[in-house]
Amino acid sequence: MPEEDISKYLRLDKLPHIWCPGCGNGIVLHAVLRAIGKLQLDQDKVAVVSGIGCSSRSAGYVDFNTLHTTHGRAIAFATGIKLARPDMTVIVLTGDGDCAAIGGNHLIHAARRNIDLTVVVFNNSIYGMTGGQSSPTTQPDDIAATAPYGNLENAFDLCELARASGASYAARSTTFHATQLPLLVEKGIQNKGFSFLDVITACPVYFGRMNKMPEAVDMLKYQRDNARNIKQWSTMTDEEKGGKFVIGELHNKPAPEYTDLYAALRARLKENK
Amino acid sequence: MIFPFPGKPKEVKFILGNEACVEAAIAAGCRFFAGYPITPSTEIAEGMAKALPRIGGTFIQMEDEIASLGAVIGASICGLKALTATSGPGFSLKQEHIGYAALTEIPCVIVNVMRGGPSTGLPTLPAQGDVMQARWGTHGDHPAIVLSPSSVKEYYELTIKAFNLSEKFRTPVILLPDEVIAHTREKLEIPENIKIVDRKKPPANVDKKNYRPYAVSRDDEVPVIPNFGEGFRFNITGLIHDDSGFPSNAPEITQSTLMRLHKKIAAGYGEIKGIEVDLPRGAEVAVLSYGASFRSAAQAAKDAQVGLVKLTTLFPFPDKEVKELAQKVKTIIVVEMNLGQLIGEVERAAGGLAKIAGVNIANGLLITPDVIREKIRACQKKT
Ligand SMILES: Cc1ncc(C[n+]2csc(CCOP(=O)(O)OP(=O)(O)O)c2C)c(N)n1
Ligand code: SF4
Repeated sequence: MPEEDISKYLRLDKLPHIWCPGCGNGIVLHAVLRAIGKLQLDQDKVAVVSGIGCSSRSAGYVDFNTLHTTHGRAIAFATGIKLARPDMTVIVLTGDGDCAAIGGNHLIHAARRNIDLTVVVFNNSIYGMTGGQSSPTTQPDDIAATAPYGNLENAFDLCELARASGASYAARSTTFHATQLPLLVEKGIQNKGFSFLDVITACPVYFGRMNKMPEAVDMLKYQRDNARNIKQWSTMTDEEKGGKFVIGELHNKPAPEYTDLYAALRARLKENK
Repeated sequence: MIFPFPGKPKEVKFILGNEACVEAAIAAGCRFFAGYPITPSTEIAEGMAKALPRIGGTFIQMEDEIASLGAVIGASICGLKALTATSGPGFSLKQEHIGYAALTEIPCVIVNVMRGGPSTGLPTLPAQGDVMQARWGTHGDHPAIVLSPSSVKEYYELTIKAFNLSEKFRTPVILLPDEVIAHTREKLEIPENIKIVDRKKPPANVDKKNYRPYAVSRDDEVPVIPNFGEGFRFNITGLIHDDSGFPSNAPEITQSTLMRLHKKIAAGYGEIKGIEVDLPRGAEVAVLSYGASFRSAAQAAKDAQVGLVKLTTLFPFPDKEVKELAQKVKTIIVVEMNLGQLIGEVERAAGGLAKIAGVNIANGLLITPDVIREKIRACQKKT
């Protein structure tokens, strides 16, 4: 099958982008655009909402209704958009710090409501924009600018968090798995409900340099060598799972969606006037 | 002029301040509310939860006040008139998004029912301690429109005015009732023929592809920003942006953007202002107040036969009017339930032309007329 032409979804006059050479953000954004292309979505009816961070600058490069909000709060703004315009496809592009630290509360509550948003986390385990501080997905012992002696905290499993909070769809992939990634995003957009995509991506400039993977290729190799498909994962022992992570569709359980429930409420009130 | 309402009342109600706010918001065309419960503002959320789904609107209880205003701005970007309501600690959490709405020029209305602070303070008791926070709470140089009612009727009128101003000037408008006004039950004659303002839309035949959402032809103009989902596909950002809506940190764009945000409000001052001056001939003292304190101030001023000034618009502050007042009287007494907030503005505007005295009590109780009468007497002795 020929590759979809995604250039029509880009605001070419806004390029070049601000990202460093070797940054994985472009691969993630490309996957999202391929999914949109595959689904033939009407650009006028797509809203892309982002927070603050390197990854969140994505919104400015794509030709949709785009909203670059405040740090951590993209999901809250997106909730308002979806409630006002349930007919629109609302996609949130966010970083791991944006989504899971300052925005963690909004993430779990939007998941709990199962509101029809597709949240794509550019998960580079670091705060890129502010210069490499630790994030809620920095693994124990990893080095960061604010964990110079190694991280003492545990990392979130974001898909588990989203699933436990009520998301009806959760999947994980990486920028190395560039064929799988757009397919998972596509399914996420198609799911009528809260869809969560944890995309493992590379910040070679901060995370990589501080953690002995200074080249973009090192980080892609890390993704290749440590990702395990869901099928294989289910056969692995805890010992084998150590240092590895699972990718693929991890959760898919359709459930009543919030804007549908609200529309039904309005209809019910009308009947019982 | 938006006020006073023309025509006869169509309905008379005996109603709580916060309920009047709900009625007025709906009359103004509000169809979206997002909020988080907090005393003494909660009746607004509860009223909206009941009313909105019955009229095709949407209510949502969000996880906190930051999210609430985020959702309100998101809905407003899609063209809905949107409201949030809070109090004290919740108002502190609103601040970041008030700045976001100011810079991105997204209309919205924020009600902050003032209770005693700081921190959790006095959850059920009145204060007027959030006046300067309403003006300056969010970071950066931003304009502010802040309205404060002194009766249930005014609460109704100012809620409508808040929506009208936010739509017209594309800016967040803060409504600052205090706990007394929010929880007072009074007669309200719901007026007929309320004037409702809706935000301007781009002309139908405009070139959507090349539309510049923040383009203006004058340096004090309000841009005509389209709604999301109507074919424009533009960008909104809380970064300083040029007229295309994309980030820019060019010094001249930064300065002119910030200046325009202020100038558009200054240009609309005639419509925004809310000040009533009642100065008997020869009065040497005038009492100036707002909100619930104004009611006591009015009683005291009447008893002592001195001048009386009511502010319903606190910001933009009526510099010119207060200066004129200072030229006419020897002393202006400012009455407010705080340790001295708006009094600083009065002093600044008066520029030394009159003495400024304050009745500033922040003990959780309404200031009574006799305290104000005493102050008037003391000032009269000195003058
Ligand atoms: C309220 C607030 N706090 C802090 C910041 C500073 N800040 C900007 S981006 C960022 C972290 C970004 O990290 P992440 O979300 O992981 O995105 P990345 O840059 O790695 O893509 C921080 C802390 C801010 N803009 N706003
Ligand atoms: S700092 Fe890291 S995340 Fe940000 S653009 Fe550079 S490589 Fe990418």
